[in-house]
Amino acid sequence: MSERDSKGPTDPKDVGTTGHEWDGIRELDNPLPRWWLYVFYACIVFAIGYWIAMPSWPTPFGYTKGLLHKSDRADVVADLAELHKIRGTEGLLLKSASLQQIEADPKLQAYALAVGQSVFGDNCATCHGSGGIGGKGYANLRDDVWLWGGTLEDIQHTIQVGIRSDNPLARSSIMPSFGKDQILPAAQIDDLTEYVVALSGRKADQAAVQRAAPIFQANCIVCHGPAGMGDQIKGAPNLTDKEWLYGPNREDIRGQIWNGRGGVMPTWEKRLDPETIKALAVYVHANAAGK
Amino acid sequence: MTAETQQQASPANAVVLQILMGVLALGALLATAFSPDPLFRLQGWIFLGAFVIAGAVLTIGIANGQFQNDQTKYEDGVVRAGVIATLFWAAVGMLVGVVIASQLAWPRIFYFPDFGWLNFGRLRPLHTSGVVFAFGGNALLCTSFYVVQRTCRARLAGGLAPWFVFWGYQLFIALAAIGYLAGITEGREYAEPEWIADIWLTVVWVAYLLVFLGTIWKRKEPHIYVANWFYLAMIVTVAMLHIVNNISLPISFLNHKSYSAFAGVQDALTQWWYGHNAVGFFLTAGFLAIMYYFVPKRAERPVYSYRLSIVHFWSLIFIYIWAGPHHLHYTALPQWTQTLGMTFSVMLWMPSWGGMINGLMTLSGAWDKLRTDPVIRMMTVAIAFYGMSTFEGPLMSIRTVNALSHYTDWTIGHVHSGALGWVGFISFGAIYCLVPWLWKKERMYSNTLIEWHFWIATIGILLYIAAMWVSGIMEGLMWREYTPQGFLAYSFVETVAAKHIENVIRVIGGLMYLSGTLIMVVNVWKTIAMPSSVRQVESSGPAAALSAQA
Repeated sequence: MSERDSKGPTDPKDVGTTGHEWDGIRELDNPLPRWWLYVFYACIVFAIGYWIAMPSWPTPFGYTKGLLHKSDRADVVADLAELHKIRGTEGLLLKSASLQQIEADPKLQAYALAVGQSVFGDNCATCHGSGGIGGKGYANLRDDVWLWGGTLEDIQHTIQVGIRSDNPLARSSIMPSFGKDQILPAAQIDDLTEYVVALSGRKADQAAVQRAAPIFQANCIVCHGPAGMGDQIKGAPNLTDKEWLYGPNREDIRGQIWNGRGGVMPTWEKRLDPETIKALAVYVHANAAGK
Repeated sequence: MTAETQQQASPANAVVLQILMGVLALGALLATAFSPDPLFRLQGWIFLGAFVIAGAVLTIGIANGQFQNDQTKYEDGVVRAGVIATLFWAAVGMLVGVVIASQLAWPRIFYFPDFGWLNFGRLRPLHTSGVVFAFGGNALLCTSFYVVQRTCRARLAGGLAPWFVFWGYQLFIALAAIGYLAGITEGREYAEPEWIADIWLTVVWVAYLLVFLGTIWKRKEPHIYVANWFYLAMIVTVAMLHIVNNISLPISFLNHKSYSAFAGVQDALTQWWYGHNAVGFFLTAGFLAIMYYFVPKRAERPVYSYRLSIVHFWSLIFIYIWAGPHHLHYTALPQWTQTLGMTFSVMLWMPSWGGMINGLMTLSGAWDKLRTDPVIRMMTVAIAFYGMSTFEGPLMSIRTVNALSHYTDWTIGHVHSGALGWVGFISFGAIYCLVPWLWKKERMYSNTLIEWHFWIATIGILLYIAAMWVSGIMEGLMWREYTPQGFLAYSFVETVAAKHIENVIRVIGGLMYLSGTLIMVVNVWKTIAMPSSVRQVESSGPAAALSAQA
């Protein structure tokens, strides 16, 4: 290797070229820059050192374990042990305690709420919104209005099996598409819309309401009840309150009668373990306005 | 061309190609007719259209005795076509980039539920492949065809084969791009096209290799220039990577869908062995080749060190191919494999920087040109970005750094300092050199427009990568933030909402870069429309180069 200073002059007259020329391009005969070479060597030395210390090369019998005996698997096991230590007795109690016991014990409840908040953010907020305020087609979980029941057990069951999911135990009833499937003529659906508007205590076309009364009796009371108060067994909403899953306006209500939309909530028991679902139920229950 | 050559019949390879197009068109027609799969039929129609048009053009040309292969002249037509294709795909690829960046910044405004093909998931591979393979690939194709002829003093080998490579590659791009929008994908990053497009690319790429090798074979220079080593390494390795990563079994030969021959973590490793070396050999080696020709040529200075080019070439080639596992740190990939991926990435630092040193030091003695020549400045900034991102890469491959950077916007910023800073700027520099040479002009239409392009694009890159550093490190830190009880402190959606401002800055940066490209398109357009300078016309072709040297 040349002993010339790598920072030396790059004028072809001083350093010389290789003598080749391509389309007017020549090449100087400069040596490798020293600092470049030494840093390259240093990187190689670092790599060899790392191989000696850490799991690195495959062999016919496995792989070289490294002098430090480091292992990602062992690290994960140690991290999990540490986690269980941090979570202490509450972490264990959550598995055995009933939903009511969790709610009654302030320390255990605080722990369950911490679990619930973390899990809710990454699993439930996608549809129900951050904090559970819901949106059109997605139930608001912060109020006291429940489609499928608002007791601890009801919430736990909904999370476990989901709504219209592929779980055989899923909450599954569905509203017919009265317009789309031509169960009722369009004029009757217009009248029913007025009827539902009147049920929720708003001004409506009284003639239409009168015409719709027998149609409501014939088609809607099976699920929504004679007074339109709903039925949580069937997930049928109360039509007399101010909460509307698919919107409060006439077009929204008419659209729902016409299409009979029914949203899907996944079953979570395959994804979350039982104690996490318990904590989630406690979290949702605690954050709802009523019980 | 004299009257005598016009009367000659077209060369035999044109006729062979014409027959081949007829046969392929018939095959495409039959496959399209018999396939029950609408997406396969879509691909079939694209093939059929391309083969019919190619066959018609060949038939008319042969009838008029065209496609002569004059060995005393360089084949520059295909290079000119390549320059135009490069600019076209640059504008398309970058435009789609700005669209998807806007979708990330304002998801409510740029969401089109009635047009599924405008979804982020469909557009994103269109952007990445559009920039890497359509823009970058055409830049490599046209510069390599130009450089190999000049540095070998020989016309491109294979008669019409270079044109087959060029149009075959455009057909591949069309198949891939339309396929992405229609929902055809293998789901392998940067290797999304399905099996039939993969097979077509293999055919085109092997033809490319043969043209390149054939030209080197008949060279009139005693030695092979360093740029050609890099081009050749790119072509050979990309062929190997493409074929191995795309080994798959189609559902049927009349269906677009196929499944990989590998499974589980082996599949992941094969994919990232491919993915990382697509960066290494396509975006690094290939564009170093561009640097090795256009920087000394434009600066009119000799290459700094022949020895450095040899050592850094071989060390780069040898080490790069090992680095893929660093894309799979802290996954199901065995830890020893991760170690090897990381350490080889660290060792790759200096081999990469060898190219930067050779590029920058070639300019010594010509530093004053940085003030006056925006093209030199553009290529210098490209080399600087190359140096920065090849330092950042090994840094990010270190497992503890990767634990923070992986899956975050930092990676996106890293990729874009390479793509916009290095690949984009070195290609633009080369094209600013090539356009006056190819269209026989004294100079580019406007130096001022080049200045504007340079400054708008440079500021755009800086905005883009600074925003991605901030948002990447921020979201990385938010993801690893735990509550005292060991629960995640932030839900994912909170970390998305937190980087809204950075996402907006990214759109602005991208928009500026795109604007620079559009300025360049105008400048090139105006240059081509300028009157030719006679002096340039006379000194073109292997024979002329010989007599000039004699």
